[in-house]
Amino acid sequence: MNLTIDKQQNENEVVVKAAGEIDAFTAPKLREELALLADGKNKVITVNLKDVTYLDSTGLGVFVGLFKQLKNNGGELRLLEMSERLKRLFQITGLSHVMEIRG
Amino acid sequence: MMDYIEMKIPAKPEYVGVMRLTLSGIASRMGYTYEEIEDLKIALSEAVTNAVQHAYGKDEGGEVIVGFGIYDDKLEIAVADSGKSFDFIQTKNELGPYTESSTVEQLTEGGLGLFLIETLMDEVRVLNHSGVTVFMAKYLGGERENHDTAIANHETN
Repeated sequence: MNLTIDKQQNENEVVVKAAGEIDAFTAPKLREELALLADGKNKVITVNLKDVTYLDSTGLGVFVGLFKQLKNNGGELRLLEMSERLKRLFQITGLSHVMEIRG
Repeated sequence: MMDYIEMKIPAKPEYVGVMRLTLSGIASRMGYTYEEIEDLKIALSEAVTNAVQHAYGKDEGGEVIVGFGIYDDKLEIAVADSGKSFDFIQTKNELGPYTESSTVEQLTEGGLGLFLIETLMDEVRVLNHSGVTVFMAKYLGGERENHDTAIANHETN
């Protein structure tokens, strides 16, 4: 019932690796971290979701917010290595049509 | 026959996950598949999260009550944000029929959360009087499309 967030800063890009559960309890922490990263010079934020075992609308809301924030600054959000479960959530909510989801 | 389990949690986000664990236990005992259990977990989390956010900022120490009605062929879940214990069957009977208008109204308030509940569960009703009660059900064995027929057949046998 916890979430760990690892960051790897490259030149104009940051790779974030989230692991654990993203729900009403952990989402605020993730939202805060990602908003800070999107605020700076990072044009591209890549979030690896391979080890995210649970995600609901609070988590989807975090990525919608981040996506908008980056788009407004001409940036990009990439979501990587989602499980089939997570992909399904992005599909049924229609978000997979808008966001870049890879592998 | 129904078995009934009720849990009361503080209206705080840190307990939403505790409710998911409880639900996992109940649903796996009932024989739901992994996929179905994951769907149930999201639906319940959405309802509890709504209740927690509803209670937030009001009086301190709000509570959320979750009731699980366990049947042979389905699991019914009621989530109430009033913190008052409720008569599960009575609450269920008070719930009006599902209408398009009430859905739209609730959608604007609950956003993506209620949309997910409606997508992942077989039945959803929302009761709005002294607090909000979300009532939902999921049938065992993927009887999503034709559970009405299945019940009818069962009764004639």
